[in-house]
Amino acid sequence: MSNARAFVQSESRVHHGSGPHAAMASSQSANDQTARSVQLAAVALHKRYRKGQVEIPVLRGVDFEVRGGEFVSIIGQSGSGKSTLLHLLGTLDAPDRGEVRFHGERIDDLSSAGRDQLRNQKFGMIFQFYHLLPELSALENVLAPLLIEQSTWGYLLNRRRFVQRAKQLLEMVGLSHRLNHRPRELSGGEMQRAAIARALIAKPEVLLADEPTGNLDTATGEEILRILRTLNDQQNLTIVMVTHDRAIAAQADRTVRLAEGKVAAVD
Amino acid sequence: MYKLLLCWRYLRTRYIALASIISVMLGVATMIVVNSVMTGFTREMQGRIHGILSDVVFESHSMEGFHDPERHMQQIRKVAGEYIAGMTPTVVVPAMLVLDVNGQYVTRQISFIGIDEATHDQVSDFSRYLQHPSNRDDLSFELREDGYDQLDHQAGENAIPRERMDVAGWVYRRLKARYQAEREALMAPPAGMPVIAPGEGPPGDSAAPRDTAADNVAAKGPAAEPGTSAGDDEVVGPSTGANPFAAADVEAGKVFDPATEQHTGVVLGFALAAYRLRDGSDRFLALPGDDVKITVPSSGTPPKAVSGEFTIVDFYESKMSEYDANFVFVPIRKLQQMRGMIDPSTGIGNVTSIQIKLHDDANGTKVRDLLRSAFAPQIYSVQTWRDKQGPLLAAAQLETNILNVLLFMIIAVAGFGILATFFMIVVEKTRDIGILKSLGAPSRGILGIFLAYGLSLGIVGSGVGLVLGLVFVAYINDIADALAWFTGQEVFDPTVYYFQEIPTIVEPFTVTWIVVGAMLIAVLASVLPACRAAMLHPVEALRYE
Ligand SMILES: Nc1ncnc2c1ncn2[C@@H]1O[C@H](COP(=O)(O)OP(=O)(O)O)[C@@H](O)[C@H]1O
Ligand SMILES: [Mg+2]
Repeated sequence: MSNARAFVQSESRVHHGSGPHAAMASSQSANDQTARSVQLAAVALHKRYRKGQVEIPVLRGVDFEVRGGEFVSIIGQSGSGKSTLLHLLGTLDAPDRGEVRFHGERIDDLSSAGRDQLRNQKFGMIFQFYHLLPELSALENVLAPLLIEQSTWGYLLNRRRFVQRAKQLLEMVGLSHRLNHRPRELSGGEMQRAAIARALIAKPEVLLADEPTGNLDTATGEEILRILRTLNDQQNLTIVMVTHDRAIAAQADRTVRLAEGKVAAVD
Repeated sequence: MYKLLLCWRYLRTRYIALASIISVMLGVATMIVVNSVMTGFTREMQGRIHGILSDVVFESHSMEGFHDPERHMQQIRKVAGEYIAGMTPTVVVPAMLVLDVNGQYVTRQISFIGIDEATHDQVSDFSRYLQHPSNRDDLSFELREDGYDQLDHQAGENAIPRERMDVAGWVYRRLKARYQAEREALMAPPAGMPVIAPGEGPPGDSAAPRDTAADNVAAKGPAAEPGTSAGDDEVVGPSTGANPFAAADVEAGKVFDPATEQHTGVVLGFALAAYRLRDGSDRFLALPGDDVKITVPSSGTPPKAVSGEFTIVDFYESKMSEYDANFVFVPIRKLQQMRGMIDPSTGIGNVTSIQIKLHDDANGTKVRDLLRSAFAPQIYSVQTWRDKQGPLLAAAQLETNILNVLLFMIIAVAGFGILATFFMIVVEKTRDIGILKSLGAPSRGILGIFLAYGLSLGIVGSGVGLVLGLVFVAYINDIADALAWFTGQEVFDPTVYYFQEIPTIVEPFTVTWIVVGAMLIAVLASVLPACRAAMLHPVEALRYE
């Protein structure tokens, strides 16, 4: 842990040395044309759940855009549909109406193979409950997306390189001393770090985070958030983070509020 | 790759699933054992039947038989000569056998078979089942001096010795004759013309075994049958009139001396002369050297009963109780004479059947069909040995089939066990499935994980079952012994089965089928849960707690 903290703090120091967060983020965006263009967009998204006779409209026309390199947080009350929106953005679920666009192209109606590939290579996801595979070690969990992407042969050929990359990522999130531990032998914070490393291994363009700190104590949550912050700052990674905690949301570049199935103004 | 990895990890961490395939394992093992034993039994039985019956039997429908076997054989040779290795004529008639057991007459119904000593051995393993080693090499219907097997030559070393066979042969015959003569002398002192020359004792033998043997065999009570007369019409010698067995072949002026002479020899089915006790030892009713009386129907119309005296010269033990309790063999010429089957003008006798031995690679059914088309079916019937024993073999086959169906049901039941276990595992792994899908794993991949899981369980289950079954078969007799020792009850009772050991044959083809079938069932049982897993909605799965 101390390792990880040192890593994050040193990153922060470097970061602080070069200027305030927002300034740096915007300066980077300015340099990179693609980063400024709209990367992920929700257009008039509708989603309702049916429970017997009762229909619960969760999303009622959500319009929402994320630009390349942005760190956006979505806040809203519990049950307001934040997770639902995130799942739609990540093509885990399909909207009733409306579109999800990635680089201007519609992705919600892609074939399941196309969506699988997108989730595997373009999106990284982290969840409130970490969602690591309990039978795999931390290192194997991080490698999972590559295992899924590659054929058996392709994986075995590149195994050394892949493992090295996984170890690097685990070191970056401060978990290099827990490579071969099973998830149940890790603390919540450690599991979330492993989950972040897993989300990053396939070099995704967007990181979708669903209440990444929701299950952690404040201090640990802070650390996780700092990692995300650093990723956004240094690697220009686009991050969409859902949370119900204003203080956490405030760390993002921009905050969007979800209320009554629509995007509302932030107060 | 993740499929294999996860499948492996699930196997490693879910031993309960292995428990669910123990039933598959046991099913496979039992099926292998049952099939091996059943095939073993069937083969053994077939071997014995085939050893006794010739490949193809050519016979007449009537008991009169057909005339001139030589000409028939020539004709047969003309039709199917290329397939035929040997032929022998036989006469088979139903007959009645009367044994004198310590003064009590035991009557048995038999098949009386007249065989040609010279050629009969070419068509069947007849002589292999005889009890005198010299008869096995070269059959003779002359009584041997002694040297009959005490140890069953077909059984293993642990067969119980047949001590009574020790004296069988002329040794026994002389003893018995002497005892009888002495007894008669005692019964009727004035008529006392000894039938036996006093010097005729067992060669170089002391008195003790003589007495025991005589006691055992011929312990007729003095009051048994002084006046019993033979029930047949044949002439009864004046001096030996008391015993019907002593006076059959008496010719005018010549007295039959049982101590030095014998009647025509017969080979008696073993079970006609002995029965087996619970402890596996044999009790003898008669021995080689004893005389028996056999009554056959004559060949004329209407048939009349004709009786004759015969001397047992050997026992025939094929270990097929059906045959051992039925067959009595005699030289064919004697039987033909007795029944009046010989044409007085030519001296050629009728026979009722011709036994045909084929070359090893010849097809019995084909030869049968050839002969059937060449000979009038109203008069002749042609059958292969399989046809003759069809019902018995079919019954054994039916038994095997039913057992297989039942056992396969057991494996199918085990399949449902796997199904249930797999559903539970899928439910338990719901969240993992959601995670994998969120990481971009296709539904096909998820399906693959669980199918591979089912297949691995099937492989493990049927593999272990295979090994278990084969080991069990290999040591089945030791296991039976151990069980017998443990429970105090004989598992495999040789008095019932005539085999000393449980015969087994492992057929690779059958074993392969069993193993493949079991694996298929394991896979099929995992298909449904695997499909369910693949169809799970990722979001539902992720929300699942
Ligand atoms: N499968 C479902 N069936 C019925 N209702 C659902 C289902 N999934 C989610 N909901 C409802 O949709 C609403 C939004 O859920 P969610 O997106 O998880 O909210 P949040 O993440 O903002 O707390 C909730 O009221 C929830 O009860
Ligand atoms: Mg939520």
